[in-house]
Amino acid sequence: MRSIVTVFAKELKDSLRDRRTVINTLVTGPLLAPLLFVLLINTVVTRELEKGEKPMVLPVAGAQYAPNLVAALHQADVKIEPAPADPERAVREQDADVVLRITPHFADAWNKGQTAQVEVIYDESQSDSRSAARRLHALLDGLSARTGALRLVARGLSPSLQQPIVVAERDQSTPQSRSGVLFAMLPYFFIIGAFIGGMAIAIDTTAGERERQSLEPLLVNPVPRWKILAGKLATTTAFALATVLLSVLAFAVVGHLMPTDRIGMTLDIGVTFVVRTLVVMLPLAALIASVQTLVAAFAKSYREAQTYVSLLMLVPIVPVLLLSFLPYKAQLWMYAVPLMGQQVVIARLVRGDAVPAVALAACFVCTALVAIVACVVTARIYRSERLAISA
Amino acid sequence: MIEVSDLHKQFGSVVAVDGVSFRAKDGIITGLLGPNGAGKTTTLRCLYTLMRPDRGGVRVDGIDAIADPGAVRRRLGVLPDARGLYKRLTARENIAYFGRLHGLDEATIATRSAATIAALGMAEFADRRAEGFSQGQRVKTAIARALIHDPTNVILDEPTNGLDVMATRAMRDFLRNLRADGRCVLFSSHIMQEVAALCDRIVVIAHGRVVADESPDALREQTGEANLEDAFVRLIGTDEGLAA
Repeated sequence: MRSIVTVFAKELKDSLRDRRTVINTLVTGPLLAPLLFVLLINTVVTRELEKGEKPMVLPVAGAQYAPNLVAALHQADVKIEPAPADPERAVREQDADVVLRITPHFADAWNKGQTAQVEVIYDESQSDSRSAARRLHALLDGLSARTGALRLVARGLSPSLQQPIVVAERDQSTPQSRSGVLFAMLPYFFIIGAFIGGMAIAIDTTAGERERQSLEPLLVNPVPRWKILAGKLATTTAFALATVLLSVLAFAVVGHLMPTDRIGMTLDIGVTFVVRTLVVMLPLAALIASVQTLVAAFAKSYREAQTYVSLLMLVPIVPVLLLSFLPYKAQLWMYAVPLMGQQVVIARLVRGDAVPAVALAACFVCTALVAIVACVVTARIYRSERLAISA
Repeated sequence: MIEVSDLHKQFGSVVAVDGVSFRAKDGIITGLLGPNGAGKTTTLRCLYTLMRPDRGGVRVDGIDAIADPGAVRRRLGVLPDARGLYKRLTARENIAYFGRLHGLDEATIATRSAATIAALGMAEFADRRAEGFSQGQRVKTAIARALIHDPTNVILDEPTNGLDVMATRAMRDFLRNLRADGRCVLFSSHIMQEVAALCDRIVVIAHGRVVADESPDALREQTGEANLEDAFVRLIGTDEGLAA
């Protein structure tokens, strides 16, 4: 045990003195994603909200055919503008978000009590245009319903005749669970964080050590190789976990910086969240460290190790991203699968859903078992003669 | 004392060591001389248990290296062919790391490394990080960390490789001091002058075999050549791969 601690302490000191590793794993790695998130979401949310609060600017073609409609829109705080010569083209070119066109038949149909048509010209593929069209559509629907009701009353009929069914929505989501949609990527960031955190150390302590010609002298010491490996794995795992922890903490801070409450969401990362995330990430960090070490130990050079270990990072991307975006119902077996278990647990924590203790235990134990197997395999490989020789 | 008997090691179809036997006694310096590629490094690697011989045995102070590699490593101080340091650690930290791996306590490590640092004249750079060390400083640090546990047997693979004249002379004095302490000193070289200047006994290796195992005087006598250089060339059959 003492020699494992000795190796661990030395690798820790050695790595912490490497400025590049420290910056990559403890600064850039964990902080970049939250920073991007806060920037992106701040910009999007602020922009949407500002647009919602500002009076709408609406170019209208043929305003003279429906002065009453235009007046009603004006009352609803819409700023009416003359329409461009070619409304379709203007919308396509993004010169206007949306254009309302009123045809000459409008007044005639309106006065006869018939259905009068207006055209909303917009571009579904542009988010600005799409949201402006929705807003206009809602305004026109409201106007239409009000006018319809007035007409019925004028004929002595109840307006409720016009609406046989009314829907009352009972949304079961909470501000926190709604944020699960926005923060679906969070588990992915934490898992990738573990990969980034372990990467540099895994390479440095194996392929790097061999390339710097210090592995052979190290292995001449009277310490069994598996103990040396254990110390190195512990260092890699520690760095991976540190990256995850920093990443979680960064998101906890960022959760308060983002204007999520203004869109009816909260991202609440508290102590329970942090502790549970770390519990399920601990065995995964060890598993990742071990696989990274295995891959790096096989490589002939530092560069080659970097290539392999970077490729390794692609492994979790597909399943984790799929789980981030595909709807699924959490089953017990899912918790037992490494990577998937962590993904499911963290996704539930983000949504504020409870994670049953048995699920947490399944996630921890199964990943830990796989990690132990990976460590044993790595230790076996580490015994090979070829490994020590720096050709 | 190091005893090697009938050592064989093959890599694929390449026979690196083909039946090497010799004995390096305590209190003398034994030189392993041979041209590049003769099998010196592989022989030494089998000695310090980094490699497992295909056949044959190695005993250090009577302990079988294959049966108990841990005990053998404790009795060996090794300067391998690869002598990389940890660049972000100071020389003293490099030395202490190996001391801890040998299970020494901190007080012993402190006194021993202070003594070795003085003996090797390392005081001036002992607390600097190894990044940017000269070749000589690097070799000194590598030797100091190899000897931190005060081993009775010392193996050095081409110890003067890359050293300048002054450093080489200092190295020779250091090896003589090790001998004066009664240790078993075994080093490999492809430089004849070095072997001639230092060794009490010379084991000449060529093509993975021992072609001579004598004192320098006996070697001259055996080959009938007045100087060692000619004696070596005659033994090896060619002067390829040797340096004067």
